[in-house]
Formats: sequence, structure tokens, C-alpha cells
Amino acid sequence: MNFLAQTWVGDWLAGLGRVAVMSRDAIASCLTFKASRRDLFYQIYFIGIKSQAVVLVTGAFTGMVLTAQTYFQFHKVKMDTATLGVVGVAMCDELGPVLTALMVAGRVGAAIAAELGTMRVTEQIDALRTLATHPIDYLVVPRLLASMIALPLLTIESIVLGIFSGYLVGSQLLGIDPVYLFYNMLKYTGDIDVIFGLIKSFVYGGIIALIGCYKGLSCNMGAEGVGRATTEAVVYSSITILITNFFLTLFLQRLYVIIS
Amino acid sequence: MIEVRQLYRSFGTQLVLGGVDLRIDSGESAVIIGRSGGGKSVLLKHLIGLLKPDSGEVLVDGDLITKMNERQLLRVRRKFGMVFQGAALFDSMTVAENVAFGLRRHEHLTEAEVAKRVCAALEMVDLPGTQKKKPAELSGGMRKRVGLARAIIYEPRFVLYDEPTTGLDPIVSDSIDKLIIRVRDQLKVTSVVVTHDMRSARRVGNHVFMLHNKKIYAHGAPEELFTSQDPIVRQFIDGVADTKEEIEL
Repeated sequence: MNFLAQTWVGDWLAGLGRVAVMSRDAIASCLTFKASRRDLFYQIYFIGIKSQAVVLVTGAFTGMVLTAQTYFQFHKVKMDTATLGVVGVAMCDELGPVLTALMVAGRVGAAIAAELGTMRVTEQIDALRTLATHPIDYLVVPRLLASMIALPLLTIESIVLGIFSGYLVGSQLLGIDPVYLFYNMLKYTGDIDVIFGLIKSFVYGGIIALIGCYKGLSCNMGAEGVGRATTEAVVYSSITILITNFFLTLFLQRLYVIIS
Repeated sequence: MIEVRQLYRSFGTQLVLGGVDLRIDSGESAVIIGRSGGGKSVLLKHLIGLLKPDSGEVLVDGDLITKMNERQLLRVRRKFGMVFQGAALFDSMTVAENVAFGLRRHEHLTEAEVAKRVCAALEMVDLPGTQKKKPAELSGGMRKRVGLARAIIYEPRFVLYDEPTTGLDPIVSDSIDKLIIRVRDQLKVTSVVVTHDMRSARRVGNHVFMLHNKKIYAHGAPEELFTSQDPIVRQFIDGVADTKEEIEL
């Protein structure tokens, strides 16, 4: 049992070390602009444009259900018009960035791990290296940059659609006064909430790309290895996003207090 | 020149290379033969720095590549082209994009110049007009030819072949052998071919190394090795399984 625990902890720490080294190399490579512009635009298209449908549906229905639930509680204390204020803050600060990141992790993180894992088992990564091309420059950097660019944009869409659909549900379905509903949303939702959401989504974009790339590049040989890498990429990036969200929230709030 | 000194490499608890020494001179066509799973491909990957040894040294033109990091190795790898056992073509790209990959990454050429060089490389491997095909549309032999075109397009000094005729019928194997000889003679490259195809080894090599029991067991000119009376060399060249292996089969 002790041996198993030691092995597990050892493997986990070694994996963490390898992710850290890969992240360092990728960030260093980003700073020297070694990625091709064509690859970067393709990845932005794949991660950003192709993820729109899933992100928009998630944002819209999250805003709708949050509005309904908030209204059911607020109605008891006659605070109906504050409903969209709660929805606005929640969408900007937490639900927008986190749910968008989780949806993108499921779609893009899995795709990155599967693509790179297949390249690894078919020796395409080795072929890249023999062609004097660093896999970090060619494979990781475009995905990392694209993910960090696309995720904040997707998050903005999710937030806007979440609030708008919440507004429609509140005003059209639940009968809340639309003017006060919108006024209170603007009153309680500040610029800083939007900025926090965008900073978070930028970080989550990095997490999704780095974990997806790491799992793909380090996957075991064979179809089983690729399958496992794909699953682990989604699970690990989702868990990392949720854990990071808590600490990032505390950090950003503390930073805001210090700055202001 | 490629020189390997006392190379040791294990995977987990399994020792694969146990003190390999070899030297391949410039312009030579070296063939490494040995049994399946004997570590030939592992040795080949050490020559280009794809794998790091547990101990020992690999020198390419006097540069100790075993101490280099991945970025330093990129400079050395520009001297190499490698043809993989399964061709390892980038399946998201067309044949032309695969072949042009190295050129586009490292040389500042116009698209017209790239297209001209791609055309010349595909002509050399007898695959003209296949530029727009995808790797999935090619047969095994054609894939290996495209892999070779990709490896030679930027005129490397060393070309490494990992089991170039494995899985191919005798006629396609023969054409690949002829291609290896043509590339060697026309481009004056140093070739290193890993194979357990004895006919291929005899034809393409002018120096044969036999890997046995994790070391270079015998080496020499093909006529010398193929007429050797050493029982282990003889057994491998004649393809005779011992009694125990017959029973296991």
C-alpha cells in the first residue's frame, strides 16, 4: 500500500514536473514568435469558431435557468427586479468563464490530445523532430496562443447571450419589469466583473491547451494509449479549471482590494 | 562520420543495447541487420538523437549529440533525413505539403521554387504528379517513397532508413532497394539502413553491421559477412530457427 502510494505520488509529481517544463518551453517559444501565422489562424478557427455553437447554447441556457432560479427565491422577498443583477455578476465572474472553459475542455482538449496522441503513436512527432522542427514550436505554441485568444472571446459571447436570454426569460416569461430588470443588472454588474471573467478565461485557455498537448505528446503507444490520453486531458483540465477558479477568484479579489 | 561508443539503453528493466560500438564513415552505405526486437530501430533513433542513451556517446561529424538538448539537436538534424518504417507522413497534409515541409520551415524560398523542388524530389522517387494526393490514398510502397522524397528534399548528408522494405511485396521491395542505391549514388549521401531483409542488406550496403545480443556482433563488407562461417551469423543469414524456437512457434 505504501509502495503504491509512493509510486502514485512519484508519478504524479514527475508528470507535474514535465507539464511545468513543457509550459516553460512553450512560453519561451511564444516570446520568440516561432509559431507560423497560418497554423495560429487555423487553430483560432478550430478552437474559436468551431466551438461557438456549444458555447452559445451553454451560455444561453445557463443564463435562462439562473434567472428562473434566482427569481423563484427573490420573489419570496419582493426583490424580483434584482434578478438580472445576480445573473450578470454570476455570468461575468464565474459561470461564463468556467462553463465556457469546461465546454471547450471537453471539445478542444480532447481533440488536441487525440490528434497529438495519434501523431505520436504513428511516429509523426518523431518525423517532425527529424525534420529539425521542435514539436513545442510547431504543435504546442499555435494551440496555446489560439486557446488563450479564443477563450476570452467565447466567454464574452457566452456572457452576453447568458444575460440577454436571462433578460428575455425575466421580462417575457416571468413578468418582471424590463426597465428595472436591465437597470439593476447594469447597477450591480461592474467593469471589474467582466475583467475578472476575461482574465480567468485567458488562464483557462492556457490550461486546456497545455494539458491537452501534454497528454497527447506523452501518451502511451497504441489505440488504448490515445483513448486514455483523450479522457485524461478532459478530466484533468476540467478539474484543474475548477481548482484554479477558486484560488484565482480569491487572488483577483485580493488584488482588486489592494489596487483600489 | 557517425561514431557510436559504448552505447547502453534500457526500457524499464529490459536492456536493449548493451555496449554498442560502431563507426560509419562519410559516403558509406551502412546496413544494420539483426533479429526483430533486437534494438536496431532503437540504435538508429540514437544516431539522430530521437532517443537518449543511458550511457555512451554518439558523435556526428565530431559533435557529441548525446549531451545536446532538443534545441541544439535541431541544428544537427538538418544534416539528416529519415525514412520511417510506417513512413510517418503527416496525414493532415497532401503529398506536396509533406515533401515541402522541411523546405518551408528552414529555407526562405518562393512558392514557385518550393513547387519545383517538390516536383524534382517526387520525380526522383518515381512518383510524379502525386502532389495533391493525401497519404491515405497511397499504397505502402508509395508512402515510403513519399517519406524518402521528404527526407531528401533539402539534400541532407545522412539518410537513415528504418526497415524500408518491411511489409512490402518482393517487387516493391526491389524498387525501394534500387531507389536507396539511386539516392546514395546521385546525392552522395551517407546511408544507414536498418533491415532484417537479407536480400536488401546484400544489395544496398557496402558495410554490414550485425546486432546480436545487444551488441555489434560482427561487421564487414557484405561479401565478407554473408560468407562468414560463424554459426550465429550463419544462422541469421540462412534464417534457421533453433529447436527451442521451433517448438515455441
